[in-house]
Amino acid sequence: MPGALVDFYAKHSRLIDQIGVNALLALSLSVSLQAGQLALAQAAFMGIAAYVSAILAMQAHWPLIATILAAVLVSTVVAALLALPVRRLRGVFLAIATIGFGEIVRVFANNLSITGGAEGLSGIPNDATTPVIYGSLAVVAFVLFALSRTKFALAVTLVREDEHAARGVGVDVGMVRTLSLALGGAIAGLGGALYAHASFFLTPTDFGFARMEQILVWCVIGGVTSPLGAVIGAALLSILPEVIRFLSDWREVTNGVILLLVILFAPGGLSSLWRRGAIRVR
Amino acid sequence: MSLTLDDVGVRYGGVDALRGVSLTLEPGRVLGLIGPNGAGKTTLVNAATGLAPLASGTIALDGERVDGLPSHRIARAGIARTYQNIRLFGALDVRGNLAAGAYARPGRLGTVELLRLLERAGIAGADLDAAASSLPYGDQRRLEIGRALAASPRVIMLDEPAAGMNPSETGRLVATIRAIAADGIAVLLIEHDMTLVRAACDDVVVLNFGEVIARGTPAQVGRDPVVVEAYLGSGAEALS
Amino acid sequence: MFAQQLLNGLFLGAVYALFAVGYTLVFGVLDILNLAHAAIFTAAAFAAFSLVAAGVPLPAAFLLAAIFAGLLGILLDRVAFAPLRKRNAGTLVPLISSIGVAIIIGAVLRAVYGVDERHFTLGGLDTAPAIHLGPITFTTVELTIFLAAIALMVVLSWILRSTTLGRRIRAVADDRIAAALLGVDLEKTIAATFFIASSLGGAAGVLTGLEYNSVTLDMGGPIELKGLAVIILGGMGSITGAVIGGFILGAVETFAVAYGLSPWRDALVFGVMFVLLVARPTGLFGKRALRQA
Repeated sequence: MPGALVDFYAKHSRLIDQIGVNALLALSLSVSLQAGQLALAQAAFMGIAAYVSAILAMQAHWPLIATILAAVLVSTVVAALLALPVRRLRGVFLAIATIGFGEIVRVFANNLSITGGAEGLSGIPNDATTPVIYGSLAVVAFVLFALSRTKFALAVTLVREDEHAARGVGVDVGMVRTLSLALGGAIAGLGGALYAHASFFLTPTDFGFARMEQILVWCVIGGVTSPLGAVIGAALLSILPEVIRFLSDWREVTNGVILLLVILFAPGGLSSLWRRGAIRVR
Repeated sequence: MSLTLDDVGVRYGGVDALRGVSLTLEPGRVLGLIGPNGAGKTTLVNAATGLAPLASGTIALDGERVDGLPSHRIARAGIARTYQNIRLFGALDVRGNLAAGAYARPGRLGTVELLRLLERAGIAGADLDAAASSLPYGDQRRLEIGRALAASPRVIMLDEPAAGMNPSETGRLVATIRAIAADGIAVLLIEHDMTLVRAACDDVVVLNFGEVIARGTPAQVGRDPVVVEAYLGSGAEALS
Repeated sequence: MFAQQLLNGLFLGAVYALFAVGYTLVFGVLDILNLAHAAIFTAAAFAAFSLVAAGVPLPAAFLLAAIFAGLLGILLDRVAFAPLRKRNAGTLVPLISSIGVAIIIGAVLRAVYGVDERHFTLGGLDTAPAIHLGPITFTTVELTIFLAAIALMVVLSWILRSTTLGRRIRAVADDRIAAALLGVDLEKTIAATFFIASSLGGAAGVLTGLEYNSVTLDMGGPIELKGLAVIILGGMGSITGAVIGGFILGAVETFAVAYGLSPWRDALVFGVMFVLLVARPTGLFGKRALRQA
């Protein structure tokens, strides 16, 4: 038996690693979406962290742990700073502003020599092994689980449900939005740093709007307000292309079809299929 | 704790929504706020809860200025409210809405406290696990009151809590409101239903076009010709 | 030099405006950000390519491709938006829905046409005669594209201002419930709105394909995001704003390239957009204020 597992892993290790990183990215967006914020800057935070981590590893020869921590720190700070100018934006306006921010980041990555310009970086030390990736995912899952039991989690839900009434019960809405954006930035940063160390190269197009749309699709399919749903959505849609290889050219159509089916028939995402009734607050 | 509005003015887009409004809410007493639609009643509550900036005047809670503070800090200072159009956290269950009310208080509400809140709000039989939006309309209004009470407020502002209720439900509401005052809370009641106002309020302030046009007991105000005219046009009978 | 750059900017801006008008029309009427607009833009370009390759003369191919885009728009609405209207689904859900359709359209195009760049099989696109007028120079192709874009926007303006359909569209944009109460057939009006918006977006796609004589799967990418900048600049929901915003954007980009800022031009565009969103989210002409929670 163990032999078969080892073979399976050897054949699919890249996919398995990918699923882990994608799960982190999906969680990072889920945190913002749970606060009701359509903040679409996760791909940009991921990119910033990926570049920081790769550059520190290749040019300053920092060990993996240090580059990851530095990258997460940078992406968190950037996210917290971004929260300030967008604090009064809601809905579609917030989405567009964060998309614009993402494009600005992409252009910088495209033009700076330290990021390798349009060619990007290659030769990044490949030391983000599967245990590291899934260990990080476990840490994040644990932190989010612990947070879900706090008043902060209640505040996040209240801000999402009715911001006005949330103020009326004493919730500092601005602080909640900033913290959720920063937390999302941290998790996306972790995903980005791991992505860098699990890939052979980075280019600016890896972190553009297409990536952002992909992350959004994972979260929506899994369930916008459910972190577990986000992870499942990411995993499912990462595996799907492999499973339906036989459809060759028509594979991508199924992604779109699945998305539409979920939107039309299970709008709370797949997670709504197993969550019954009202949102319970502990 | 008493809440004092002193010469309060609020402007919306060039128009005086409130002008020179002064009133005081005293603990243990219910002050009715009445006036025709658009008179500025909800604006007053918005101003007192930090949702509308003051153009002039001050608002003080036990002598401490609260105007100019962000809305959530005013809530934490002890002022709670209900809304003209119900603003429950619809997707949360009843327990969740009450817990939301107690957000700013340290610790969590135990089951005993939750049940007590339901009792004080007049929905003692409500299912704690039911989705708030699944409750009958009148119970939803009461749940909003329960949520406000969960904050252990010193001041409660009720914005048309009887809207949509039938006469017997309204009658029960009187008892609920008087009990809240009896707990030492200062109550402001915005209402159109004069029976409720007469039964529940100790004093009444009448607003029209953003200004106070009369104040006194419900009986006095009901007979005041200025008030009658504001509501019904001159030559009408006393408000019944 | 300045005059030439300005002209280039106007030419570029005309197509941006044409694309953005479709975006903002749907937003103004339905409060939906339609992220499938760029996919329809691309699909129309491929349709025109195929028609021309089959021997259809260019003007007819252009018209047919635009109509095809319009029909795609109606289909988009029926599949992705109409079912959600009954559910009162908010702003995020239709946006995601449109992404789903965009993915499907893109995938179908990929399956049918493959990943290679296509060129119009017309003689003369690359060798069109240049016209010199004093300090400015342009080709007949560029001029035709510009005039076509302007003509379409004039037609749109006429439709909205002078026809019954236009009045109905404006009524639904102002207040959907009131319009329904006054007897406006909502579903038909919305379908017409999508037809118009998508055919304009499709026309922009064909024109863009002709301008660079290149039709590729990802040609919609850059304009999709720049279109956002245009409608923010012009004001969400304002047709006039989208037109003026399109021209301004075209000019800004062209001048950025002319003055050596080419690699940074996108950052400039989105930087301006970001600042506008923070400082004046209603844009130049928009009526939509910040959405309250």
